Amino acid sequence: MKTRVARHWVSGAMIGLTYLAAVLATLPLLLILTHLLKKGAASLSLSFFTAMPKPVGEVGGGMANAIVGTLILIGIACAIGLPIGIGAGIYLSEKRSTPLAQSVRFLSDVLNGLPSIVMGIFAWEILVRPAGHFSALAGGAALGAMMIPLVTRTSEEMLRVVPVSLREAALALGYPRWRTSLSVVVRTALAGIATGALVAIARIAGETAPLLFTAIGNQFWSTALSQPIAALPLQIFAYAISPYDEWHAQAWAGALVLISMVLVISLAARFVTRSRFGAPVD
Amino acid sequence: MTAAPAQALSKDRRRLRVDEAAIGDRIYEILTTACALVIPALVIAIAIAIFAAAWPAFAKVGLSIVTSSDWDVRAGKFGAAPAIFGTVVSSVVALIIATPLAVGVAVFLSEFSPTWLRQPIGFLVDLLAAVPSVVYGLWGIFVLLPLLREKVMPFLRDTLHLGATPLFSGPAYGPSMLAAGIILAIMALPYISSVSREVLLAVPRSQREAALALGATRWEMIRDAVIPYARSGIIGGIMLGLGRALGETMAVTMVIGNRLEISSSLFAPGYTMASLIANQFGEATSDLHLSALMAVGAILFVVTLIVNAAARWLVWQVSRDRAV
Repeated sequence: MKTRVARHWVSGAMIGLTYLAAVLATLPLLLILTHLLKKGAASLSLSFFTAMPKPVGEVGGGMANAIVGTLILIGIACAIGLPIGIGAGIYLSEKRSTPLAQSVRFLSDVLNGLPSIVMGIFAWEILVRPAGHFSALAGGAALGAMMIPLVTRTSEEMLRVVPVSLREAALALGYPRWRTSLSVVVRTALAGIATGALVAIARIAGETAPLLFTAIGNQFWSTALSQPIAALPLQIFAYAISPYDEWHAQAWAGALVLISMVLVISLAARFVTRSRFGAPVD
Repeated sequence: MTAAPAQALSKDRRRLRVDEAAIGDRIYEILTTACALVIPALVIAIAIAIFAAAWPAFAKVGLSIVTSSDWDVRAGKFGAAPAIFGTVVSSVVALIIATPLAVGVAVFLSEFSPTWLRQPIGFLVDLLAAVPSVVYGLWGIFVLLPLLREKVMPFLRDTLHLGATPLFSGPAYGPSMLAAGIILAIMALPYISSVSREVLLAVPRSQREAALALGATRWEMIRDAVIPYARSGIIGGIMLGLGRALGETMAVTMVIGNRLEISSSLFAPGYTMASLIANQFGEATSDLHLSALMAVGAILFVVTLIVNAAARWLVWQVSRDRAV
């Protein structure tokens, strides 16, 4: 039988370990961010955003094409992912427990856990292979498909917390159901839906694997949707595994830009909800 | 039939408006249902497309794609066992590292953290999930690998004399199963910890108070009253992290060394299913090679599907109690 003192010592030690876990768990992010700032800032300049990549051996150059490419890919992804995701979210929040709603909910979780590389080869199989060439459209579509389950589940959650009384009031005033849903329920939950959309954008903005065999990357300036397009994550990957120091430096700068984009979007997502409800909703 | 025409008109109008509403409702319902149906359609389409593309390889190579270690593209031999082995081992290493940390943070945040620290630490840990995989890979190549090669691996092997065990033997190159495991641990950590935190918060107060009233210390309360209550939810969180780790591609491809061999040492380079696809798919020349890579994708798809479904079920078991 352990004495009371011993038991309290053990208790204190274990609690101490949870403090240690908290320190260790926050350490990687801080380490990664400091390395990114230190190494990325060194090769980051205005020309990084405006210039094209330079051939091996030449210092400088930028990733203007990749930055624009990533924005275009995000645009295509949003055009596909947002309407379908929000629509499905509305469906789920209104038909909560029908068998279809249950299975859609389950399958969107399945889709959410799908490895991104599998989404990549799927998009290649149905979009690139029949067309015979890589394209921005295929890459954007792959990203858009990844957005759908994320947007669906967050939209549903946000729509669910809208009080039923609001809906009833609108119906009692003679609003048809569709207008009640759109201009009362959806509108009330709009900030939350926007948060979900931003979180989804932040997640797909840095995705590389779905683009490897769809958008594939491009060393030249291209904004054509039917042509291969450059993307920041692809460029970082290509430069990181290259043997050249100049390219490594560019990769760090690119990573700093990419992570800044993702962090700004993530923070914006938190801010949108906070300003509306007073507390962030995860 | 001499009713006032004005009255009839207004009746007609009202009916018209009701009809309009009914049509609007109908269209709205069809549209939202169509959106919802996209999700099952997508899952089915992915399954069909990938299995159809993988079929020639399954038919030609058969079960040996899982059992054989002979992956020779020119000879038409496609045994992906080393990649499957690498996927499993790197994910297991990741879970061994990440689970204590993630559950520790979750316990800290739900039980011991000062209120002002709760938000920032929770946010920092959650942010780990937002860091793009290629950024982890970049950091892995230029910071983690040198650190492992010069400090950690020699320390484990020579200073701690773990080199005598097969797990930590052999030369320290840097790119290795261990590196992949560490990167995956960092990536899986936020998933495990956020689910764990959620289920720990779902444990009723009365559970904690009862344990304390019986004379338990705070740690005994956690161990005997809180964790058992939240256990299946925490396991669900771990499975969710496992699902992430199994399918992770870019970061692993960049640090694992990409060698198709089964080695007992964590210091040796390896391969995973996802990195095999990422590295070879673009250069696949023969149809059979492409099909074999699709088959690897199909296996990955099925495995992650099972792991994720199990995870959801476990988490749902705990959160169901709270919802009531």
